[in-house]
Amino acid sequence: MAEKTSAINLTEEEFVHPGNRACSGCGLSIVYRMGLKALGKNTILVVPPSCLTVLQGLYPVASTKLPCVNVTFASSGAAATGVRAAMKALGKNDVNVVAWAGDGGTSDIGIQALSGACERGEEIIYICYDNEAYMNTGVQRSGTTPQGVLTTTTPIKGKLQVKKDVPAIIAAHGIPYVATASAAFPLDLYDKVKKATTISGPKYIHVHTPCPPGWAFESRYTIKVGKLAVETGLFDLYEIENGTFRLTGPSERLLGKERRPVTDYFATQGRFKSLDAEAVRKIQQQVDAKWAAYQSGAV
Amino acid sequence: MVKSNYCKMISRSKPGPGDGGNTGSWRVMRPIINLDKCIPVKTGKKACFNCWLYCPDCVVTKTIPPTIDLSFCKGCGICAEECPADAIEMVDEASQTAKEK
Amino acid sequence: MHIIESGNVAAATGVKLSRAQVIAAYPITPQTPLTEKLSEFVESGQLEAQYIPVESEHSAMAVCIAASTAGTRAFTATSANGLLYMNEQLHWAVGARLPIVMCVANRGIGAPWTVWNDHQDSMAQRDVGWIQLYANDHQQIIDTVIKAFRLAQTVSIPVMVCYDGYLLSHTYMPFDRPEQSEVDSFLPAFAPKHFLDPDNPGNFNTVTLPDVRPGVDGVLEPGYIEIRHNLHQDLRAALTSYEEIDRDFEKQFGRGGTPFVEEYRCDDARFVAVAIGSLSYQLRDVIDTMREDGIAIGVMGVQMYRPFPDEAIARALAGKECVVVLEKALSYGNQGPLYGDIKSALYRLEERPVVHNYILGLGGREIKTQQLLEALTESCTKPQAIEDTPRWIGLKLQE
Repeated sequence: MAEKTSAINLTEEEFVHPGNRACSGCGLSIVYRMGLKALGKNTILVVPPSCLTVLQGLYPVASTKLPCVNVTFASSGAAATGVRAAMKALGKNDVNVVAWAGDGGTSDIGIQALSGACERGEEIIYICYDNEAYMNTGVQRSGTTPQGVLTTTTPIKGKLQVKKDVPAIIAAHGIPYVATASAAFPLDLYDKVKKATTISGPKYIHVHTPCPPGWAFESRYTIKVGKLAVETGLFDLYEIENGTFRLTGPSERLLGKERRPVTDYFATQGRFKSLDAEAVRKIQQQVDAKWAAYQSGAV
Repeated sequence: MVKSNYCKMISRSKPGPGDGGNTGSWRVMRPIINLDKCIPVKTGKKACFNCWLYCPDCVVTKTIPPTIDLSFCKGCGICAEECPADAIEMVDEASQTAKEK
Repeated sequence: MHIIESGNVAAATGVKLSRAQVIAAYPITPQTPLTEKLSEFVESGQLEAQYIPVESEHSAMAVCIAASTAGTRAFTATSANGLLYMNEQLHWAVGARLPIVMCVANRGIGAPWTVWNDHQDSMAQRDVGWIQLYANDHQQIIDTVIKAFRLAQTVSIPVMVCYDGYLLSHTYMPFDRPEQSEVDSFLPAFAPKHFLDPDNPGNFNTVTLPDVRPGVDGVLEPGYIEIRHNLHQDLRAALTSYEEIDRDFEKQFGRGGTPFVEEYRCDDARFVAVAIGSLSYQLRDVIDTMREDGIAIGVMGVQMYRPFPDEAIARALAGKECVVVLEKALSYGNQGPLYGDIKSALYRLEERPVVHNYILGLGGREIKTQQLLEALTESCTKPQAIEDTPRWIGLKLQE
């Protein structure tokens, strides 16, 4: 039986250099750092325009220690396909080919190429770090921005539409592994990325990534905020392996227990300021209904 | 005469620290570890290391005691917030720097 | 070995002989038989390559960009709106200095929809920085594809090989299919200096600042404008490179010798018609007729359009009385693109020929030899009387 991943046994090898341009307290920095530990040196990265582009550094200095090709915004899924095709042509079949894209580059402009890659069964890992808006360009709303959230393009009324459920869309392609993870639970994220490297076919991991400037909270609370999203049942950690859904870790432990009210989560971030009592009540009802379905095994 | 070395320039970055310069200069608050409270220091064992685990910028070492690279630490405060022993305090950077001078 | 096949199959065969390693393509008329043939080559084992049936042209070029950056020989093909859909990626491939080769079966652009031949699709991409070569018949298609792969990897610039949709892509002609061993000795394996390599990591084409900036070793590295300047210098030097490659090809295969322009009866001509693609061959019939009537006229087909062989063209047209540029494209609001380029190439001459511009064949409007004869006769009869604005051949305006 493999030893449970912990801070003690987790590798000390770092694949990111410090002194990069990520914001102070950036959730992506944590996600990226952990993900690369799980992927290891024999990895090629594909990165579209996103916060990660900036984190990885401006020419000629790279904060990432892994080989990476920057690509146009819509093309991550296709570019990862191209890297894998080249590896096959060269007989280098043990390399991890991993696309790292933000929520905009995944759920909006990038969804077509990702869908194509999934449909073709490409041998790639696709990690979406979801900070729930176009953060790199200044906090504009995206498809995964939750309902009611204030962004620079929904500055007064907040986003009118609900959060696009990207993992469900990708799961509908029937790929072997779909998972959700969170920056607040880095060891769980590490395990899921590690697992993905052992599975054949397309793997999709959707990572909830708190963003201090974009979500309007003090940088020291990145982990706390991320944990609250899970503890209130708003963001759920799960795996869908070969079509079978299973809550994991902290989310699994919430089953049958009392969840913290969603207001606990909303209170920590300025971006939820415009939510009125009625809107909050509706959201709480939706969350309750979702967990009732989990409880009854309907999912 | 046919040119023999084409493509002398491409945009290919090489790995190295400090792309954003000395990001330690971003700090408004500086983390200070209280060695009396730090769990690995107190027990003398490899334990906890939350500060190392959660640091977004890889500036905490997984050592006993943990150390923080102040040339790059951005002062986010996550280590202080996540330390289960309350061993890390965020102190005002400006007054720390003044003290050192 | 001589075979009779379509232009699309000629192109596919050239790609097979060039040992492309990664092929990504999205179907679009009139390119489709090319990609179908390639998938047949791959599935039958005749070509050892990864064939990716992508979900869009933008993705087709994305696959090529990534595969090329990873160190493999990449190919795609498209037409018209497909070429436009990947426009952003074309710029990317050039700036990234990737030796991708692409075939374009020339077709008109919507709106409104058209599937028939003209040159608007590739002409719209002339400023991007891709090398543009045009084939006039099936033999030139297969030969140019092979030369394109060698040129691309020599100068690290992507190359598009264009040929007329339907007129060449779907018609059948006899041509010589080179032997694989011959192509192997002409085209060395692709061995790039920089590629995605876990043992030598680098971050390709990230944000590059306006100004120069020191790298990790303290050495000042170029900024965006230096990188683009280097591209342009290499494009201009590619003219010489392609001449040499074409000479090598001629030595090995016995065909070629017209890397920039292909002239017919131009030496003693007073007038020269200029065109691109199969139109330049159709014009030869007109030239012969007019010659019989005592008009000293020739036709020049432009084979390399980008980089623009301005010196070769100026030399070829110096001393002529009138140059008539007939083209299946238009820089809307101004003049034909080839017309503008030729005029500016001739600007350096002390005495310049009069230059005329005819637009024809848009959306596949049939070009009748009789129409060409009338237009050229008028141009040669009263060259000074025709204004410097494009004239149109073949319009059927209902009065």
